[in-house]
Amino acid sequence: MLKQIVIISGKGGTGKTVFTASLAALASRKVMVDCDVDAADLHLLLNPRIVETHEFRGGKTARIDPALCIGCGKCAELCRFDATEEGVDAFSVDPLACEGCGLCARICPVDAVVMEEHLSGEWYRSETAYGPFVHAKLGIAQENSGKLVACIREAAKTIARSLDLDYVIIDGPPGIGCPVLASLTDTDLAVIVTEPSLSGIHDARRVIELARHFRIPAGIVINKWDINPEQSRNIEELCSEGVSLLGRIPFSKQVAASLIKARPYVETVQDDVAAAIRAVWEKIDSEPAGKDRRPS
Amino acid sequence: MVIAVASGKGGTGKTTVAVNLARVLGDVQLLDCDVEEPNAHLFLKPELTEKTPARVMVPEINEEKCTYCGKCAEVCAFNALAVIPPKAGLKGGVLVFPNLCHSCGACFLLCPEGAVREVHREIGAVEAGWAGAIRFVHGRLHVGEAMSPPLIRQVKKHIDRTRTTLIDAPPGTSCPVINALEGSDYCLLVTEPTPFGLNDLILAVEVLRVMGIPHGLVINRCDIGDDGVESYARDNGIPVLMRIPFDRTIAELYSRGLNIVDHSEGYANPFRALFKDIANHAEANRHHQRQGRHG
Repeated sequence: MLKQIVIISGKGGTGKTVFTASLAALASRKVMVDCDVDAADLHLLLNPRIVETHEFRGGKTARIDPALCIGCGKCAELCRFDATEEGVDAFSVDPLACEGCGLCARICPVDAVVMEEHLSGEWYRSETAYGPFVHAKLGIAQENSGKLVACIREAAKTIARSLDLDYVIIDGPPGIGCPVLASLTDTDLAVIVTEPSLSGIHDARRVIELARHFRIPAGIVINKWDINPEQSRNIEELCSEGVSLLGRIPFSKQVAASLIKARPYVETVQDDVAAAIRAVWEKIDSEPAGKDRRPS
Repeated sequence: MVIAVASGKGGTGKTTVAVNLARVLGDVQLLDCDVEEPNAHLFLKPELTEKTPARVMVPEINEEKCTYCGKCAEVCAFNALAVIPPKAGLKGGVLVFPNLCHSCGACFLLCPEGAVREVHREIGAVEAGWAGAIRFVHGRLHVGEAMSPPLIRQVKKHIDRTRTTLIDAPPGTSCPVINALEGSDYCLLVTEPTPFGLNDLILAVEVLRVMGIPHGLVINRCDIGDDGVESYARDNGIPVLMRIPFDRTIAELYSRGLNIVDHSEGYANPFRALFKDIANHAEANRHHQRQGRHG
């Protein structure tokens, strides 16, 4: 049965992408997905060859036709996002502030507002040395990252089904908001990559709570565990029903240096970091499907 | 002056830079706008004495007035409402999905029967207090909530224009970041000299260009990677205001929630110098803009 695994962290920069890229090299029969659509990095380690490029149109933005605008200010009065500005003879819209709700277009007495669909980004179906890969690029200062995440996850699932694959492996974004919810929903296992710092623990607690909220089994990976062994023990104590410890990865300056090689870490260096990543993957791969151990 | 600290890539040291700047400056405001994962309080340890719930408005339907005409669902651009028309003697219904609602008010303003009213929904909290002379404010989004921008905007209502304000921004380049950076006089981009750092830095710089916010770099762990970030900065005329070498002591202090300027000699002066550089660059930029407008 197809299993969907998402790698998240709460806090950014804990090592999600380095870890995920290694899974691309270790797991067989899988499709990789990069759901960190507004700062995507996984492609830098997987060297994709883009097979298909798709446009992503996530939302609309209001535009006021200055020739029609009578300057009544009704739009500015009702806009909840302060997105309309008064000009010399007409009002105009700040596209960065506009949420695309379309209220102004509906209430404008002279129909001077048009809602324009805009290109919010692109997504790609690619081939890599490690199998199929779906990734995306959100346009600069665009919104709707959650919708784009949902869109590429659906594409990855379709690929997995048509090729009868075992895994969809998802590199998630940091935080706990909209794109994280879209990455986490309906997965079988959330791998939480954290680090033994006060911030790492604080943020890991919040993502664990999030996984619980959605009843998704979680596994913790403590990265750079030896930077602070005492904090690492505190992280281990966060494990409980539905939250298991998947492993600990030591700190090494090699990791940052290895990024230049533009390949998954486990393929470039054979050290205790690579061994720890392998052990984590073996543990994930040997466990029964996540849904069987879903917390009640 | 409002100075935002942002990054594109997460975990590059935004909070470290914001907090240590605040520590050396003393009399400033620090607003932690990373409301999904706020961390600055772990380092400044402020006494949080004020707590206000952060609320957004969502629709509530008065079924006595509702005729199930479907107007509210039609005008909602976010699919937060669904209307089931009455059929074969069965009463209709209106479903509200508050998690999808952007609080635009369209359903409320455009319902022909006046059957929609707006009610508060709590999405998080704004907490404020003091850490010595530092005025501290942050937002905490409730776990499971999707939308951080309304909470970020509520945190930013605390900006006091008479003081220096530091904004600790969330990672990324989309709506939460735009909301955190909007209105800043200067943005410090904290990056690391790796291909990941560079890739996300380029995206962040594009955002700042669109927003018209002057910016400079702090290269953290400047000796761990390659020279891609340095040459990008040089080629694009982006000033590098500070370089912080990798130091396991800093990593360990960080892991314990301690600040480098308080515990490691030799960092206070570079952070003071960083602030002077920011002030000069922001001033030069204002001057430049004024000239541009008049010339």
